[in-house]
Amino acid sequence: MTRTAFERQLLAVQEDMLVMAGMVETAIERGVEALKTRNVNLAQQIIEDDLKINRKRYETEDKCLELIATQQPLASDLRTIVSVLHITVDLERMGDHAEGIAKIALMLADEPPLKPYIDIPRMAQVGIEMLMGSLEAFKDRDPARARAICDQDDEVDALYEQVYRELLTFMINDPRTIQRATYLIWTAHNLERIADRVTNICERVIYLVEGHIEELNVSKY
Amino acid sequence: MRETTIPGKQESRDGAQAVGVSLGGLPYRPAHSAETAPVVLRLDKVGVSYGNVPAVNDVSIDIYKNRITALIGPSGCGKSSILRCLNRMNDLIHSARVTGSVYLDGVDINSDAVDPVQVRRHVGMVFQKPNPFPMSVRENVAFGPKRQGTSGRGPLNDIVEKALRSAALWDEVADKMAQSGTALSGGQQQRLCIARVLAVRPEIILMDEPCSALDPVATLKIEDLMRELARDYTIVIVTHNMQQAARVSDYTAFMLASEHGVNGQLIEYGATNEIFTNPKDKRTEDYITGRFG
Repeated sequence: MTRTAFERQLLAVQEDMLVMAGMVETAIERGVEALKTRNVNLAQQIIEDDLKINRKRYETEDKCLELIATQQPLASDLRTIVSVLHITVDLERMGDHAEGIAKIALMLADEPPLKPYIDIPRMAQVGIEMLMGSLEAFKDRDPARARAICDQDDEVDALYEQVYRELLTFMINDPRTIQRATYLIWTAHNLERIADRVTNICERVIYLVEGHIEELNVSKY
Repeated sequence: MRETTIPGKQESRDGAQAVGVSLGGLPYRPAHSAETAPVVLRLDKVGVSYGNVPAVNDVSIDIYKNRITALIGPSGCGKSSILRCLNRMNDLIHSARVTGSVYLDGVDINSDAVDPVQVRRHVGMVFQKPNPFPMSVRENVAFGPKRQGTSGRGPLNDIVEKALRSAALWDEVADKMAQSGTALSGGQQQRLCIARVLAVRPEIILMDEPCSALDPVATLKIEDLMRELARDYTIVIVTHNMQQAARVSDYTAFMLASEHGVNGQLIEYGATNEIFTNPKDKRTEDYITGRFG
């Protein structure tokens, strides 16, 4: 006995999730690009596209609920669906953070740049690498990879700390920079949250494969 | 700061406080490793063969008091044979031979010194097809206690009413006590059979596919009843309906035959929530996700 139709539906919700992840990746990339190049059109595009990300999330959720209601998934099938439900929530929030960066890009578009952006694009780059890696770990059902990706979160946290201190120095030295510096701190905060959400995805990969919840991103404070 | 109290504020096991009034939630089923209930039935390397054909081998499981244990597996895996070992029903099958031991409260019920009739008083059984006796509702339930020597209208009426109430049937048949049991609906007949078992006050109730002849509403009624009965009884159920095992049982044993209908064995036994979310054995996973065979 096989369940071909069910298996195809189960694959479809995972594909939806991966498509959504691609949309979020683009949003993060473009958000930082809009900030760097002060591109108002691009920033507005990201804000519009976030609606599509949100719709994709609800669409995937609907399909998952339909599978639960009609197919009575159990064991690894059930864990797959539960993981997709959780990961799409995380992805949707990451999309919101990218949208937040786009809004900041809009606010900063008319202001002279405070400094060349180096650490913020680096944070975005690491965050995107982590995101793509976590979804590959999901596809490959690879908990070791998921655990390894979480370690990269430390790099993002360190960059955030660095950006924060640097911008504080700007503000102390010249109060006229306070508004711009604060916006940039928000940007860095959005990126830090994105990387944090990736660790949630990694936790779901471990849950999916090993059947237990392991907290990977325990606060060091 | 003034301390505010919320009416009905509940403290959970980890010390965290839940806001709002109690919703009357039931505790979740325990993990196997956290089980505190005593073992009432211990199966030690139990096997059954019919003639020279081994049906099932080497089943060792502990059955806990006031828990519902489900035996699941494809047809021919030996789950009904194992169930019948728990009250010596295999004695009634001429070619059946049982090996290993079944300890009921520490006594091996397969020992020659043990009277199978006594075993069946302690371990009652409900069958796949409702099988009320062709007599009145009252007489169906009073049958066992009478055989055990209870007499007098008063005491018997009390037993009958109590058993019917426990079987969640009293309200539906209180004015039909003289009617034939066979005139009831299928679901009512099955609850009548459960009442008949309860009337002799067993410790353990075995159920062999108790809902397979019932419609979904009657099935859910029986399942609800099983959860109620588990407060006072230990239940072992054989079911083909995996969702039913998932819904009602605390423990699940998955069995599988090595070849078609030959040499059934226990593959995995554990807490139901673990078996259905994270089974350890690939064969269990394949069976419960519907990818078996």
